[in-house]
Amino acid sequence: MSSADLRDLYQQVIMDHNKKPRNFHEMDDANHFAHGNNPLCGDALVVYVKLTDGIIEDLSFQGSGCAISVASASLMTEALKGKTIEQAEHLYQQVHAQMTGEEFDANALGKLEVLSGVKEFPARVKCATLSWHTMHTAMDSDHDVSVTTE
Amino acid sequence: MGALDLTAIRNDFPILHQEVHGQPLVYLDNAASSQKPNLVIDAISDYYRQDNANVHRGVHRLSQRATDAYEAARGKVRGFVNAKSDKEIIFVRGATEAINLVAQSFVRPMLSVGDEILISHMEHHANIVPWQMLCEQTGAKLKVIPMTLTGELDLSGFDTLLTERTKIMAIGHVSNALGTVNPVKDMIAKAHAKNIPVLLDGAQAVPHMAVDVQDLDCDFYVFSGHKMFAPTGIGAMYGKQALLEDMAPWQGGGDMILSVSFEHTQYNELPYKFEAGTPHISGAIGLGAAIDYMNMIGVDKIAQHEHNLLVAATEKVTALDGVRIIGTAQNKASVLSFMIDGVHPHDVGTIFDQQGVAIRTGHHCAQPVMQFFGIPATARASFAFYNTMEEVDALVLGIKKVQELFA
Ligand SMILES: Cc1ncc(COP(=O)(O)O)c(C=O)c1O
Repeated sequence: MSSADLRDLYQQVIMDHNKKPRNFHEMDDANHFAHGNNPLCGDALVVYVKLTDGIIEDLSFQGSGCAISVASASLMTEALKGKTIEQAEHLYQQVHAQMTGEEFDANALGKLEVLSGVKEFPARVKCATLSWHTMHTAMDSDHDVSVTTE
Repeated sequence: MGALDLTAIRNDFPILHQEVHGQPLVYLDNAASSQKPNLVIDAISDYYRQDNANVHRGVHRLSQRATDAYEAARGKVRGFVNAKSDKEIIFVRGATEAINLVAQSFVRPMLSVGDEILISHMEHHANIVPWQMLCEQTGAKLKVIPMTLTGELDLSGFDTLLTERTKIMAIGHVSNALGTVNPVKDMIAKAHAKNIPVLLDGAQAVPHMAVDVQDLDCDFYVFSGHKMFAPTGIGAMYGKQALLEDMAPWQGGGDMILSVSFEHTQYNELPYKFEAGTPHISGAIGLGAAIDYMNMIGVDKIAQHEHNLLVAATEKVTALDGVRIIGTAQNKASVLSFMIDGVHPHDVGTIFDQQGVAIRTGHHCAQPVMQFFGIPATARASFAFYNTMEEVDALVLGIKKVQELFA
């Protein structure tokens, strides 16, 4: 039923991360960053990464968006801090798979499983994946780049 | 003036009778695109079942019937906007194509570096980007009439914005993001006093009010069929005959010529000069049927009923805590744009959808309006004559539901 789906989408954890996003600030000493835009709904954020010897030493974001995109970004920053590039890449794949209905590794996801409600809302998948795409792009580049999803 | 028979009207729109997520559909996204009555759907399918052929090209019977129906539709559009002659009505894909046509065929040849094009802050991207492209092509400058916090045009400096370098003023009749009905008749008179031609973007006006291009005295008036109960892919452009006569064609091809040789091509007369290639025949016929339908209901009655809906919705939404209406002009049509404190419009849209209520969320192709109000997007409900007071209540309930979830 629809209300149940809505509650799955807007779980407590999501609402909490939307209201009080973690690691929500610019980062002066970031060595990787990228802009993410979803022109359809006006979500716009910047993801900052400080990579040291292949490890994500620090990760933050800034911007504005809907509850799903802000919460997803906030959860991402928590989940990826201290991870290696390879681990981050693996999680990125799992998050994506979870939301698009492909097979994924539930153990690896941990808390990120709260994002699974999104898969019932195809129009919102892009909101949830925006920060992840942006992070992915930031890691691949040492200058400012832009990602656009629509 | 009697009220509308909404039960009968809604029965003319088959799409309205369905459930979405287990709830009856409440369609409040009419400014994006409207629904189609049986009369329109049947006109299109009858055309394909009985009359389909190319127009203006055959002596055979079907071609004649297709041509007659297509030209009859042109006559209906002429009557609908009260143009003087069928020659002043050009069928186009929609408002967007018409604005590009005027930009390239009418304005471009007149422009030199430093000339000015005047638009307003509340235009749809379709009435911004073609002019920006033209500025890039010619070195002309885009000037913008500012806007007030209520979402009305700020005309305090209007006289100084109309200069001897202004080559066209292109203004929305009704704003799609805010619902503001602009005082276009006065503005046209002022522009004409300085010999500045005026294009009106009527995309959001024609579904809601009677339009009289002779009374307005605009030089061009453009609109899309799909926002006024006709199919997508068809729209119309009105242009004053004298101006159209002097304009070069916009696209070349069949139908727009009288004779072609490799040395010389002689263009066809109006309106065919601007209709290169096989047109959207069934679309034009559908547009004609939509006009018949609106006339049957009565455009004044439509305006009155929608006004009642908008007033009721505005009162009820204003009474709610934590909701802000964006666009509070004195004179509005159809549109209620709003923000719910602490909730992004995109989340609002999803929660509404789950209740069967279709609204639009986003920047409504009017990003400068969003920038003006310092917001990324709004949620927008927009009414058509088939909407009911119960649907206004569904809108209010939807807002309460969002507030509950985000409490
Ligand atoms: C005010 C206004 N102008 C122009 C357009 C463009 O219409 P179309 O996309 O049908 O060409 C729209 C459509 O949203 C509109 O609302």
